[in-house]
Amino acid sequence: MTLVAFWTFAAVAIASAVLCITRRSPVASALWLVNTLFSLAAIYVLLDAPFIAAIQVLVYAGAIMVLFLFVIMLLNLGRTAPGDIKGPWGRAVAVAAGLVLVFELVALWLAAPPGELELPAGTVAGTVAARGAVQAVARPLFQGYLVPFEVTSVLLLAAIVGAVVLAKRRL
Amino acid sequence: MLLLDLDRGWGLLRAMAPETLLTLWALALLLDAAWHHRDSGAQRRAGWLALAGLALSAAATVWLWASGAAPAGLSTTIALDRFRYAVDLIVLVAAALAVLLSVEYLDREQLRIPEYHALLLLATVGMMLLAGGEDLFVLFLGLELMSVSVYVLAGLDRRSPASAEAALKYFLLGAFASAFLLYGIALLYGATGSTKLQIIARQIGPLGLLTHPMLLAGLALLLIGFGFKIAAVPFHMWTPDVYDGAPTPVTGFMATAVKAAAFAALIRVLLEAFSDVHALWGPVIWWLAAVTMVVGNLVALAQRSVKRMLAYSSIAHAGYLLTALVADSMAGAAAFLFYLLFYTLMTMGAFAILALKGRGGERDVMVDDLAGLGEAHPWLALAMAVCMLSLLGFPGTAGFIGKWYVLVAATGAGYPGLAAILVVTSVISAGYYLPVVMAMYMKPQAHERAHAGVLVPRIAGATLAVMVAALLVFGVWPNRVLDAARAGSHAFIPRAMTAAVTPLPPAGAP
Repeated sequence: MTLVAFWTFAAVAIASAVLCITRRSPVASALWLVNTLFSLAAIYVLLDAPFIAAIQVLVYAGAIMVLFLFVIMLLNLGRTAPGDIKGPWGRAVAVAAGLVLVFELVALWLAAPPGELELPAGTVAGTVAARGAVQAVARPLFQGYLVPFEVTSVLLLAAIVGAVVLAKRRL
Repeated sequence: MLLLDLDRGWGLLRAMAPETLLTLWALALLLDAAWHHRDSGAQRRAGWLALAGLALSAAATVWLWASGAAPAGLSTTIALDRFRYAVDLIVLVAAALAVLLSVEYLDREQLRIPEYHALLLLATVGMMLLAGGEDLFVLFLGLELMSVSVYVLAGLDRRSPASAEAALKYFLLGAFASAFLLYGIALLYGATGSTKLQIIARQIGPLGLLTHPMLLAGLALLLIGFGFKIAAVPFHMWTPDVYDGAPTPVTGFMATAVKAAAFAALIRVLLEAFSDVHALWGPVIWWLAAVTMVVGNLVALAQRSVKRMLAYSSIAHAGYLLTALVADSMAGAAAFLFYLLFYTLMTMGAFAILALKGRGGERDVMVDDLAGLGEAHPWLALAMAVCMLSLLGFPGTAGFIGKWYVLVAATGAGYPGLAAILVVTSVISAGYYLPVVMAMYMKPQAHERAHAGVLVPRIAGATLAVMVAALLVFGVWPNRVLDAARAGSHAFIPRAMTAAVTPLPPAGAP
């Protein structure tokens, strides 16, 4: 049952991702991206990470996609635009880049991480059951990874200030 | 000896006091800018406030150093070692110099940007995290914090298309490089199950990862990402245009502090996490260093604009610093710290003089435009001459001592070929440093009023004088700095065992 669900959502995710980059209209691309993000959320559920799945739907499929659509509307990109890959050279480079990615995927598949690093089956589910989904995420976030967490907020602040400095018309 | 428990809030707070104080100070500066930003006096005051913040952070760093703080257990977030403190202090000095040089520059160029100093401080926080991060997460976030702030600083002058081009180019290539770095980190996590440097170091041997493809690919991507940030050939394409277009004090900041921090992070990652696999990355860094020295110096020969010449010169110096890194030894780390300080002083000095000479468009200061400066402004010309000779590595200046120790570290670790390339390319570099000196002293002024526009304001002049004096004093009396650099390199004793640990010869030997 889990396997069937996984392959279904994986197929949907990949098909929507392909459609996302092949559609000419930016709005259609954005909507296919929503589909991909939803499928990924479903796969997170299968990985015993319901909290991440909920965040994925709220933040990525929700907030960020709304932002995307807003930008598309503001920039008036509703019309179809010419493709990014032009000429035989562009195509050759695109194919080569794709082949490199495929090769890398295969190489990484064959070179699975060492067995010592793999958690025994059910560990994540056990943690979630014992402590609840939110706490399972919150504990490492606010203890082991406290510094990266706080630095992220400073980074976002710097980005906001920078964007305002560059975009403000009158200083 | 002060034991700090990094898993508890209070211990962590004390261990990160320099960064925390500087962040809070930057936030206060932002608040100040929100209320007082109408007049130029406010901008000046913000500059002095920023300087105070940098001094406060430096004091906290010195306190940590003096108290001999050590982590209770593994330090998996931030390092408590002297390498971090030494690089922190160098970065803070570079930031302070940038502030001092920009106070009058911003006035003169009519750049009213109240957030300038806050962004500079935030960039410095990012650099300090790069210098001390023990976790690839922290390193990456530090790198991004630094980069995002510097992208904006590069594009400050919105009336100048060159500045906008520089910011955009830097942003796009920087984002590209960050993607490489992040992918590399992801693969390393996949291979070793951790992003903490010390745990990665412990995992590599027992898990038999020495030639694991995931580790190899991750390390390669990591090197590419850092290669962009330190502007090593072949990842240097962005450097000349970006350095050329950015406001000159910012260029000085980029050429020194940004490079220093990225280098420090690279050294920490390689020597701490991957010292066991030196055989993997050693040859790569060898070739990077060799190609960077040769290409940087040869292309610099062809430059007519002083700013572009200095950009290529900074690429060449990245090659010299990489040479210190190849050694994978304490001597290499010490030589690196030692050279870094002097490189910061001389490069900042050269860009400072360029900012004084060029008015409203120092993009176009050609080498020939400096003709006769020795007559019109003898002190300014002297300062420029000292910076040029020091960059060249002329005996009697700090640059010579710095290069000397890089050479000692490289030959001591068994890399005579690289040392030979360093010497040969240094001789080549005379071909572009000396024409500047010749133009200033041996050519007549183009016309009577050629240098009439050059005014040396008080703060910038005093700063420049201190920098030049430091270059000359350290050139003949480097012992104190050398001791500090050696203390800084002790961070890498336990792990840098693969290479022969060659101690530096006693100070003052050359």
